Amino acid sequence: MNSRPVGQLDNMSIESSADGPRDTQRTLVVVPGEDLGSSEGIEAGHGVLVVGDRIISTKQGKMSRKGNTISVSPLHTRYMPRPGDLVIGHIEGCTNNIWFVDIGAPFNSILPMSLGPAKVEFGGTRKILDIGDSILCRVQEVEETHQSVVTMKGMGLRKIRSGALDELDPHLLGRLIGKGGAFLREMKMQTDCRIVVADNGRLWIDGELENILEVRKRINSISSEAKMIGVDA
Amino acid sequence: MGGYGDVQMIDENGLRMDGRKPGDLRPISIETGVIPVADGSCRMVWGTNEAIVAVYGPMEAHPRKIQRQDRAVIDVAYNMAPFSTTDRIRPGFNRRSREISKVTKDALESVVLLELYPRSKIRVSIEIVSAEAGTRCVGLTAASVALADAGIPMTDMVISVASGKVNDVVVCDLNKEEDNYGEADLPMGILPNTGELVFLQMDGDLSPDEFKQAWDYNVDAAMEVHKLMIDALKGGDN
Repeated sequence: MNSRPVGQLDNMSIESSADGPRDTQRTLVVVPGEDLGSSEGIEAGHGVLVVGDRIISTKQGKMSRKGNTISVSPLHTRYMPRPGDLVIGHIEGCTNNIWFVDIGAPFNSILPMSLGPAKVEFGGTRKILDIGDSILCRVQEVEETHQSVVTMKGMGLRKIRSGALDELDPHLLGRLIGKGGAFLREMKMQTDCRIVVADNGRLWIDGELENILEVRKRINSISSEAKMIGVDA
Repeated sequence: MGGYGDVQMIDENGLRMDGRKPGDLRPISIETGVIPVADGSCRMVWGTNEAIVAVYGPMEAHPRKIQRQDRAVIDVAYNMAPFSTTDRIRPGFNRRSREISKVTKDALESVVLLELYPRSKIRVSIEIVSAEAGTRCVGLTAASVALADAGIPMTDMVISVASGKVNDVVVCDLNKEEDNYGEADLPMGILPNTGELVFLQMDGDLSPDEFKQAWDYNVDAAMEVHKLMIDALKGGDN
């Protein structure tokens, strides 16, 4: 038995035209599988797929068009590591010469002995960083298989020994930091806390306990405000 | 599918016991983001069925032996709460929940772009809080909303609807009595944008004409459900 041809839903036609993608001056929330128009002369960016001569969305998110490229930035997303990102990781395991680090990505990272915080003898990894420790590190390289290597060689990269850690969805970091870092700077001034924002959405807050609680309260409010659909970085 | 021949479930006006016409769906409501700690979640109320789905991931797959070098794996756990029906269900997995977990996983694997996340795992937990009939359909549909809510890339969303036969009449979206005493049940998983079929099961007997009718009801119903899913995901936007 053949499946019946399926018509386009009427709520997709608000701004679409038959000959190409719709005008995207307005941000438009799309859902997976939604038809975004003809692919002719259009390049597919993130979160979209070319199927035949049509472009379809593969994620729930906001569609944007820059030049000839159409992309969809998701409303919720998991952190994907990129080389150079500052991240906060937790040590999950270790061997004689490697630490395994959870950086909140779909794939665990490794921290080789040679890139560790101090000189380590073979087999002495747990003396320097033990399972459960948190570290501030940088993504050194991401392989094709998505495996990544982090490093602790660099300015300010260290084991975290004090303060508190909190988490925020990575796509909300823009809201926390503000334009040119203004919002974050203001928060640091007001609460007298040291706040390190890592690219994987983890935050290291150090200072007096009351101030730490105040910062976490503010971060939670950012997070809960953004749960409403339509709020974006 | 015993069929209690003399139980009248369609009245002389062609209406069903709950007042629906043969092609009508039960009322459906969909809500996303109901579990704050999950990457994506959905609560779907379909008639008196209620399913809550949480999606976690993509994340590192453990144990290592389940990892696939070229793609992600989906780990679906369908479970009915002990209090979801009038007869208490023994907690834990049973043959039925294993089967439904498997067919749900197979249906979702055909839409999720697994090759983007090799060696990782996407965990989908489906919990049926209240069960009437057609919980596998509710679970699968809610799972695809939760996956979309988690930002997992998919080519389309799966919508699952069941039709069946009661008193020799083909009806859409069976309720409990129709499911228990009816003559056939045909759950299907449909991709709304392409009309492709990713999941089909059948209980009982249908003639070719009845099968076609049930098929048509399912496809039409899937389109209705798709609109509700879009509304839920867009939050009334657009």
